[in-house]
Amino acid sequence: MATVTYDKATRVYPGQDTPAVDSLDLAIEDGEFLVLVGPSGCGKSTSLRMLAGLEEVDAGSIRIGERDVTHMPPKDRDIAMVFQNYALYPHMTVAANMGFALKISGTPKAEIQRRVLEAAKLLDLVEYLDRKPKALSGGQRQRVAMGRAIVREPQVFLMDEPLSNLDAKLRVSTRTQIASLQRRLGITTVYVTHDQIEAMTMGDRVCVLKDGLLQQVDTPLNLYDTPANVFVAGFIGSPAMNIATFDIIEGGRAKLGEADVSVPRSVLTKVSDEGSDLVTIGFRPESLVPVSSEDVGGIPVTVDVVEELGSDAFVYGHPAGPKAAEQTDRMRSDTVIARVEPRMAPAKGEKIVLKVREGESHFFSVKTGERIPQ
Amino acid sequence: MTTTPTPPVVPADTAAIPRQLTAAERRAAAARAKLSSPWASAVAIVIALVWTIPTIGLLVSSFRPQQSINTSGWWTWFTNPEFTFANYDEVLFGARESFSTYFINSIVITLPAVVIPITLALLAAYAFAWIDFKGRDILFVAVFALQIVPLQVALIPLMQQYVRWEIAGSFWTVWLSHSIFALPLATFLLHNFMKDIPPSLVEAARVDGAGHVKIFFRVLLPLLVPAIAAFGIFQFLWVWNDLLVALTFAGGTPNVAPLTARLAELAGSRGEAWHLLTAGAFVAMIVPLVVFLALQRYFVRGLLSGGVKG
Repeated sequence: MATVTYDKATRVYPGQDTPAVDSLDLAIEDGEFLVLVGPSGCGKSTSLRMLAGLEEVDAGSIRIGERDVTHMPPKDRDIAMVFQNYALYPHMTVAANMGFALKISGTPKAEIQRRVLEAAKLLDLVEYLDRKPKALSGGQRQRVAMGRAIVREPQVFLMDEPLSNLDAKLRVSTRTQIASLQRRLGITTVYVTHDQIEAMTMGDRVCVLKDGLLQQVDTPLNLYDTPANVFVAGFIGSPAMNIATFDIIEGGRAKLGEADVSVPRSVLTKVSDEGSDLVTIGFRPESLVPVSSEDVGGIPVTVDVVEELGSDAFVYGHPAGPKAAEQTDRMRSDTVIARVEPRMAPAKGEKIVLKVREGESHFFSVKTGERIPQ
Repeated sequence: MTTTPTPPVVPADTAAIPRQLTAAERRAAAARAKLSSPWASAVAIVIALVWTIPTIGLLVSSFRPQQSINTSGWWTWFTNPEFTFANYDEVLFGARESFSTYFINSIVITLPAVVIPITLALLAAYAFAWIDFKGRDILFVAVFALQIVPLQVALIPLMQQYVRWEIAGSFWTVWLSHSIFALPLATFLLHNFMKDIPPSLVEAARVDGAGHVKIFFRVLLPLLVPAIAAFGIFQFLWVWNDLLVALTFAGGTPNVAPLTARLAELAGSRGEAWHLLTAGAFVAMIVPLVVFLALQRYFVRGLLSGGVKG
């Protein structure tokens, strides 16, 4: 068990102008479950492979515990990795797959057997130990890949989208299994996913990457409550946050068409310091409440789709007021998403008025995209 | 009481949805339908017959007396059956040098001439496929470009070289020559097979603590068995049936010359004993047949299946 430290770690692929990972600074604590998340091509897998030693580090350094592993070959790093496609050795049985690393390191046979059996019990694989991977289902293969990592008792687990090949139902159950297993074993884990729900549900902390740049590292709830910039705000949360650019008007308010949001004084000062009279405002679907159309500051919305999940209902609509064109123009996506009471969901095509609940808006600088603290 | 394993439970919701066939699966289904039609079967049988008839003719001829072979076709055997072992007797025991010497020579020539290029090509293919060194692509193209050089062009320079090294007339000349001629294709083929192995498998082995040697022997080699067997069979047949290289480098020395050289000699320089060719051919055919039947079980497909998903 150990800490993992990325110190300005940079990777530039040959023939590319921009780095795939750009001076990543990240400190992962002992026993922590850290999730790297971001859209495809953001450098999350590259970061993981740099830690594994499968990708060169062009600048900066990476440390596991006190050891500098920057230029160490993978076999000396004392890490175990679970691959997206599992990468099981097809010609070996499950037991041989799981014991391969130990066999190579010269562990005595009895010891290998004991540890393989132990891991197999943990993962419900005992009856499959003599099978070849091709005789296993997708979920079982995934568990064998996990088992191969567990048997090693390494300092760090690396997982590269280990659930993306499972079907949706299995993914959800395996998700919790992996998270609880990690807590039980207490081994530092770096987990890569593009699925922000996986990131939010599994990680002690979540690290959001975009274009090779670190955006924010924090606990899932803090990411949700105080996103550091517009990208994180839009990326974290499902359904996504509504984000639009508002005009600042007299009296400490921001307006976009009929929509009217009060702006705290601190934000107003920041915006005027920047010399701007625009501010990017984001509000979560649950911050929108339906109001009667006479209310001031409501946004008239025509309902396109209603997603009824039972516990929640989400309304996807587009602005339908007299200023709809301008509103659509200023929005990051052309839909307004609101959570409504599931038993009182509006019908498709219906026109409703939504208002942003006071004090639940997120403010971002129009120029830098950074969060403006309230 | 016997316990039967419970069948895997198929979730009802996935079973209910008919899966969309991929384009490849549709094509495969269409091809299967076409190939299993009676017409296709009939054509296949006709081709098989046409292909086999000369061999049957050869077999029949090999048991006919010299007089009959020289005067009538083999099909007359059916109306006028004659049977003799005289040809086989002459081939096997008739000459100064016993046939077994040539037989052994052939084996001694063939085994190293198969093993050497495969061993070297495996190592080269591994380097080309998995080690990222400078100039790799250019070197790889260069290796395969050597395939363009016809081997006849290389015979005389090689002979001169062997004389200079004072190994002319030994087995080494044939081993080296066959290895040289086989290497480009062997490297290319094995490289392609190695490249087909998912990179994540090699990466997993690296993370598991394996170096190049262990990755090669424990992970890649077992997966390459079908490829090695396939190339091994081709190389074996090629070397066993080769006359040109053998005649050039070992033809003059009876204690080195292989079966094929002896067979060519059997017929005589003016073809006066060509009735012996049929029996000789059958004797020479036995070994390749045995090798093919023994190795064909390695032609199993789907050895890689199950290791990775996606």
